[in-house]
Amino acid sequence: MTKPFLSVERLTQTYPDGSGGTTTVFENASFGIERGEFVCILGHSGCGKSTIMNILAGLASPTSGAVTMDGAEVSGPSLDRGVVFQNYSLLPWLSALKNVSFGVAARHRDWSKAQVEEHSRKFLAMVGLEGDTVLRKPSQLSGGMRQRVSIARAFANQPKLLLLDEPFGALDALTRGTIQEELLKVWSKTEQTVFMITHDIDEAILLADRILLMTNGPYARVAESVQITIPRPRNRTEIVEHPNYYAIRNHLVQFLGQRSKALSGQPSGGATQSPETVVIDKTKPAEDPEPEALLRAVND
Amino acid sequence: MVALSINQRGALLSALILIVGLLFWEAAIPEQQLASEMTEYERLMGGGAPRAAIPPPSDILAKAWEELSNPFYDAGPNDKGIGIQIGYSIYRVLSGYFLAALVAIPLGFLIGMSPVAYRALNPFIQVLRPISPLAWMPLALFVIRDSEASAIFVIFICSIWPMLLNTAFGVAAVRQDWVNVARTHELGPFRTAFQVILPAAAPTIVTGMRISIGIAWLVIVAAEMLVGGTGIGYYVWNEWNNLDLTSVIFSILMIGVVGMLLDTAFGALQRLVAYAE
Ligand SMILES: Nc1ncnc2c1ncn2[C@@H]1O[C@H](COP(=O)(O)OP(=O)(O)OP(=O)(O)O)[C@@H](O)[C@H]1O
Ligand SMILES: [Mg+2]
Repeated sequence: MTKPFLSVERLTQTYPDGSGGTTTVFENASFGIERGEFVCILGHSGCGKSTIMNILAGLASPTSGAVTMDGAEVSGPSLDRGVVFQNYSLLPWLSALKNVSFGVAARHRDWSKAQVEEHSRKFLAMVGLEGDTVLRKPSQLSGGMRQRVSIARAFANQPKLLLLDEPFGALDALTRGTIQEELLKVWSKTEQTVFMITHDIDEAILLADRILLMTNGPYARVAESVQITIPRPRNRTEIVEHPNYYAIRNHLVQFLGQRSKALSGQPSGGATQSPETVVIDKTKPAEDPEPEALLRAVND
Repeated sequence: MVALSINQRGALLSALILIVGLLFWEAAIPEQQLASEMTEYERLMGGGAPRAAIPPPSDILAKAWEELSNPFYDAGPNDKGIGIQIGYSIYRVLSGYFLAALVAIPLGFLIGMSPVAYRALNPFIQVLRPISPLAWMPLALFVIRDSEASAIFVIFICSIWPMLLNTAFGVAAVRQDWVNVARTHELGPFRTAFQVILPAAAPTIVTGMRISIGIAWLVIVAAEMLVGGTGIGYYVWNEWNNLDLTSVIFSILMIGVVGMLLDTAFGALQRLVAYAE
């Protein structure tokens, strides 16, 4: 079997627990992401999602295990992996435009100022920020606008992999909705590989090709990989009418509500922890006697 | 009645306080002169000359007019215009101050970024910082053997600490998120320092610079009283020796005004580098 575009192999993270021992956040976690895929990861607070993301970004290194992207090992931060941080992380002394062009200039050192600005404005326009708005400082923008700027900054660099850590966590439901759709639009234009953390089940179904489900920590693991069998383009109002929507949603709610706890706290005993692939598709005639048309296949 | 803004009302009240204060001062003087019995000291100092009493504000205004209409005259070592004296003081303050900034800001960066450097240098800073700048004067005079350079050294040593500590603190407190932004954009150490850490820490650094310039201006007066020759501090002392209280009060006011201008300049710089999160 060939390696996926992004391959996470036997990742283990332990931290000192403050009383001399260590706690294992996750152990031997392994999963892959294909090029151009949009993958969301769901899991309870504290299970280690941000830790995984920081490792993928190269901002932190795991206790053991390896991440390879496009054949090369991830060993530090790189322009090939763009990050949208949970709290936007815009530089407050720069205008929205400068926040984007700062990144573009870092990526394309040989570009002229005009080129950098044009490219930056193009990506800001993609998320609906145009005209004088882009000359404002982050403090003069609304939370939603700030998040748009930080998404534009990440996309403008056209990284091979885009990492989003709860990008819409701080936004109200309405703003969330519009930015989710903008994100989808930009993503479909750029065909970026995206790995995104979220707490919002509906958001994950709307955006993702595949959802990774994490059990609670300690000894958290990526237990399932749920395919989102709803065709694109999707939009928030129509997606709920798709026959697979509630089947998938119920499965996710059930996992997060019960099984994430039931499966937690079990050391791997050295085994590689790969997620189980789950395909839920009610549009196809059930080949399976199971009433929910739940199809399970073990990875590999 | 016209509604006045808070600023206007404040300014009006300031003017009122000034006028009332000056009137009281002016009114109080003649009585004082009437009541002034000659003391032993006054007799020894040349006997009851009206000069020796506190002069009324009108005298000081006249003095100010006289001095400020020709601030740059130079009639020998003991008789120079107020402009020249202040010029000398500002020159010393700025030289010492910029030398201090040149050392304090890079060193502060180092201390702020490296916990090892912080731990290594902190004991020295803690011991050297509380020393009164004037306590360095004898040593400076002995080692440097030049009163001018010694005054500059004293300014250097007193203005270095707030800048050093504020820079270190500002740099150490830069949000990790912003540093991570620099890291994910593969900025090298120099670009990170200039494009992210410096602007992020600038408000704290400039606050330190503002405190330093204030201290430097306080210290220069005392330092010039000691080293003599030129400068506003020497001028005050010299006029005191001449028992020219009008000039003494006038120069005290000038010290205040220049100090305020220096502070205002750094206040403007502070607003320039400030950012809202
Ligand atoms: N530097 C650290 N030292 C010790 N423990 C840590 C450290 N960083 C994270 N942890 C622990 O690791 C676990 C995972 O943290 P992480 O931030 O990855 O959670 P998360 O899944 O992103 O949670 P949330 O959804 O709330 O953001 C937590 O239990 C946390 O206490
Ligand atoms: Mg997190």
